[in-house]
Amino acid sequence: MTMIFGIPVQAFLGQLLVGLINGSFYAMLSLGLAVIFGMLKIINFAHGAQYMFGAFVGFLLLQWLNIGYWPALILAPLVVGVVGMAIERTMLSRLYSLDPLYGLLFTFGLALVIEGVFRYYYGVSGQPYAAPQALAGGTNLGFMFLPNYRGWVVFSSLVICLGTWLAIEKTRLGAYLRAATENPKLVQAFGVNVPVLLTLTYGLGSALAGLAGILAAPVYQVSPLMGSDLIIVVFAVVVVGGMGSILGAIVTGYVLGLAEGLTKVFYPEASNIVIFVIMAVVLLIRPAGLFGRDA
Amino acid sequence: MSEPLLSVRGLNAWYGEGHALHGVDLDVFPGETVTLLGRNGVGKTTTLRAIMGLIRKRTGTATFDGRDLMRMPLHHVARAGIGFVPEERGIFSTLSVEENLNLPPVVAPGGMTPDEIFELFPNLKARRNSQGTKLSGGEQQMLAMARMLRTGVRMLLLDEPTEGLAPVIVQRIGEVLAELKARGMTILLVEQNFRFARRIADRFYLMEHGKITAGFPVAELDERMALLHDVLGV
Repeated sequence: MTMIFGIPVQAFLGQLLVGLINGSFYAMLSLGLAVIFGMLKIINFAHGAQYMFGAFVGFLLLQWLNIGYWPALILAPLVVGVVGMAIERTMLSRLYSLDPLYGLLFTFGLALVIEGVFRYYYGVSGQPYAAPQALAGGTNLGFMFLPNYRGWVVFSSLVICLGTWLAIEKTRLGAYLRAATENPKLVQAFGVNVPVLLTLTYGLGSALAGLAGILAAPVYQVSPLMGSDLIIVVFAVVVVGGMGSILGAIVTGYVLGLAEGLTKVFYPEASNIVIFVIMAVVLLIRPAGLFGRDA
Repeated sequence: MSEPLLSVRGLNAWYGEGHALHGVDLDVFPGETVTLLGRNGVGKTTTLRAIMGLIRKRTGTATFDGRDLMRMPLHHVARAGIGFVPEERGIFSTLSVEENLNLPPVVAPGGMTPDEIFELFPNLKARRNSQGTKLSGGEQQMLAMARMLRTGVRMLLLDEPTEGLAPVIVQRIGEVLAELKARGMTILLVEQNFRFARRIADRFYLMEHGKITAGFPVAELDERMALLHDVLGV
């Protein structure tokens, strides 16, 4: 049997794949958080709940309307994004002039409310959500067996992250977003409707969480707690990448997912804390994060 | 004389509880260049920011081309045709020179083309791909002015464009303003350097303690020199 550092190659690559899949979700979620924080200066604690909401939208579309995975892949982020925009317009926008702590507390409360509602109706156990037939089974890569759905998750995540990064870095709307992150008043004085831009940004960030949720549904099952289990790790990813840094969120998401996977191979006991250890070290060396503006 | 393009009456503005403007009255007519003179802290910048709507705690009236600026949301003021170039220049560090230049939306036809802008500011063309904040102070000032010229605005509010710049750059900015004036741009300029301003200004307003205390045409500048020395401390 082929070994890498004394570990069977299949086990090594298997854990790397798990790390890559986790990293894909970390990257998508931290990307949404970074977009929202960069523009709105809101630490969106409801992001995990929005991720869970996206998964539940897919689940409920299937249960109630028999709408399957592929349409849900469009509808779930759309629903979560629209609800996010309504939340921003009616509630969050009232907090911009206050200390950022109020935004954090509000979104934390919002997360508890959303989770509470789903817990009330569905309990805490996971609801199964099958992967689409087209992505059933797996592919033998020779050195390992790759479940097709997991390959799809990694591929989709890469496309979503790259697409979002390109949209922010290379388009006019992205230029408005970047400029408004630095000086929203001046951008508005140029004639750009910044309040609408803020609403769209929160909607986009929420939709990214919803999209990650529907992608995660066949992997992790649909549970009211799936977001709260993940959100603390995702915050650590954002802090390591640099608060508000889009590229930092993406790169750090994948790298920390892989680091977690590798730790499971070599020292499984530390796999739950390795990301937080890395966060502590990064904060000591570069308080603004690896890709933060002051770094 | 025609109707003023910008007319301000009894403008008061506050920073929190601090009362900064105490009833500013001024008019700027189409095609005119008017300079607001005054020492630091008398309310010149506040006047521009209150006209733009960047300071929302304000009373009085301000109309542009007959339209009430006081009721407009901030982003509608630029769309009405007023471009603002702040003292700190407001160049965005996450944007390249070209992205900074193209950032403000076009609000009306008749703005300058990129070629015309690069002809007026050749340095910007050479550094179009550089990060905006990597430019020298003078280049940043030119970029801050240039990006408003694309948009088709009819009036520029310029806040101390020569502040902290080398004499050769100040001279270049003077040439650019003269060129804009020749093209018919209406300009409200905040300056402490009245020797610079006299080259392009048609009229002056003198500000003290948050209000206008004198207004006179450029032709009267020499006879008002004693007053200027007294008020400006130069």
